[in-house]
Amino acid sequence: MEPPVSESSVTSGPGSVGRPGGADRPGRFGPYGGRYVPEALIAALDELDREYQSAAADPAFQAELDGLLRSYSGRPTPVTEVARFGAEAAHGARVLLKREDLNHTGSHKINNVLGQALLTKRIGKRRVIAETGAGQHGVATATAAALMGLECVIYMGEEDTRRQALNVARMELLGATVIPVSTGSRTLKDAINEALRDWVTNVATTNYVFGTVAGPHPFPTLVRDLQRIIGVEARQQVLELTGRLPDAVAACVGGGSNAIGIFHAFVDDADVKLYGFEAGGDGVASGRHAATITAGAPGVLHGARSYLLQDEFGQTIESHSISAGLDYPGVGPEHSWLKDSGRAIYQPVDDAEAMEAFRLLCRTEGIIPAIESAHALAGVRRLGAELGPDAVILVNLSGRGDKDVDTAAKWFGLMEQ
Amino acid sequence: MNTSAVFEKARAENRAALIGYLPAGYPSVAGGIDALKAMVDAGVDVVEIGLPYSDPLMDGPVIQAAVDAALRAGTDTTHVLRTVEAVAETGTPALVMSYWNPIDRYGTERFARDLASAGGAGAITPDLLPDDSDEWLPAARAHDLDTVFLIAPSSTDERIALTAEACRGFVYAASTMGVTGTRDQVGDAAAGLVARARTVTQTPLAVGLGVSNGDQAAQIASFADGVIVGSAFVRCMLEADSPAEGARAAGKLAADLAAGVRRR
Ligand SMILES: Cc1ncc(COP(=O)(O)O)c(C=O)c1O
Repeated sequence: MEPPVSESSVTSGPGSVGRPGGADRPGRFGPYGGRYVPEALIAALDELDREYQSAAADPAFQAELDGLLRSYSGRPTPVTEVARFGAEAAHGARVLLKREDLNHTGSHKINNVLGQALLTKRIGKRRVIAETGAGQHGVATATAAALMGLECVIYMGEEDTRRQALNVARMELLGATVIPVSTGSRTLKDAINEALRDWVTNVATTNYVFGTVAGPHPFPTLVRDLQRIIGVEARQQVLELTGRLPDAVAACVGGGSNAIGIFHAFVDDADVKLYGFEAGGDGVASGRHAATITAGAPGVLHGARSYLLQDEFGQTIESHSISAGLDYPGVGPEHSWLKDSGRAIYQPVDDAEAMEAFRLLCRTEGIIPAIESAHALAGVRRLGAELGPDAVILVNLSGRGDKDVDTAAKWFGLMEQ
Repeated sequence: MNTSAVFEKARAENRAALIGYLPAGYPSVAGGIDALKAMVDAGVDVVEIGLPYSDPLMDGPVIQAAVDAALRAGTDTTHVLRTVEAVAETGTPALVMSYWNPIDRYGTERFARDLASAGGAGAITPDLLPDDSDEWLPAARAHDLDTVFLIAPSSTDERIALTAEACRGFVYAASTMGVTGTRDQVGDAAAGLVARARTVTQTPLAVGLGVSNGDQAAQIASFADGVIVGSAFVRCMLEADSPAEGARAAGKLAADLAAGVRRR
């Protein structure tokens, strides 16, 4: 039976389970979150927050979004039990994949973007901008913009436009303008800076479609609520399939949107362990990684207080990962709070472990995962050992690996460099 | 003289105050100090010393370029404080302009203490709102430091009032919606914003973003208490063949601007 889509979209307002311990101000998750942005953006953030609150309470908006998620993106996505992978990788534990890779455009990013593009129309703006790292959020935004007839500009680090050239072409095919960002480290964090500069300048006509659960309030809440559908569907699907709740839920964490999306429906289920796997790059000890929660310290980046990779003077440290989508020195504020409160556990997975899990899923199940998602699969190998063969482990397969074939072929020596 | 006294003196002279910005550490710590001193000698009344930061999302390409170079050369918060000390010795109020994270990381109380003991007048914090200043405001007051926050053309009257209330020294009114950088025209939005702010505060109102010459300074000075110039000074430094020439060019620009704020 299909789980209902409708109850799963924008439903949780402020004060929901996403703020364990409660927060005394809007947009705060314990001490994290908030708004650290130029005053010039406050009016736009307030407008977005207001429109979002009213949309969340508007059945017509809900119906339109649910219709798009169903007929355009293909929701609900299935849960697939991967027995061969479980046997090989997880000491025989039952491993269930939530198949966000089967969404239109190939990842969970579309869930967020369809909602934000609808909000843009509701606000009456005609132009959207977005940042992208791997290109998945950029492709999703360009897709929604094409669908809804919005002008679309995507900021992408120059370095990433080279690493993900195919996605640049996809965005351009969809009618978007891709602007390579050549400042700073020329990656995702600099693309966000440039998008924020555009927004400050063009805020009267432009909405910023932020790609993850980071950034200033209301983005962490807004994007979470649009991604909650993953966990709401999966929780019911796992109950139907196994007759019980999973012992553990695992997801990769870049900015944290696919992870919060699958975690959220389980936060109140105290017996369900929540695991976020960060990009360990060359290994945390090497200093070349993107393990923000594991190795970072609380501070302010891109408009919110959260863990971040920074030096003793508060300068952002560049991150490194084989996965462009996880290559970000910050993380969403709600994850920082889930970490401090002990509700979720965050661990690093390095490039080599992730690529090994990537290959294993290809070989045992005929599914090529995104390298981002392969970090969660690698985490499952550890969880299997820890939880034993009777365990049920739910993994968010956040995206598919088509975009990563080039990287993987090089990693495994299948292609000339 | 403290910042308020500078504005009072300017008002008594029937002119606007001139506020000049350079990031610390560009082209070097000593080179930046020389340029700031040249600006002071040529008539800059209040100095803003930028704390170079890796993610300057309020800044346009000119300031980004200088800040990137300063960071690559190893400039850190201690060099910023050293620059403050050197400028403060001239008797000119020196404020640090910093994104919030470097101050947060240094420690809010420790930063306030060290800034005060370097002779600094206060800090301008472009990405910290008064709403989130529960730590900064008491620390700054305890060390007798100015706290300058920004208002923008998009600010509601309510937010203008709330922000002005938290400001000490002056209120920074952003002339246009956008990032730092010189502009051919400094929008009418600035005059409207200043007029709105006048109705709710006695604190001096200084306008920044986009000003690059004496004529624009004169135009702003006709309705504002202060004129803030950043990118145009930084451009002098970026385009100069040597640090000494950069300092000379910055001094020359300061003289033009200082004449402008007296032509209101
Ligand atoms: C497939 C996939 N998974 C995960 C991520 C990481 O983002 P987040 O942590 O917000 O889910 C990305 C980002 O591009 C992605 O493309």
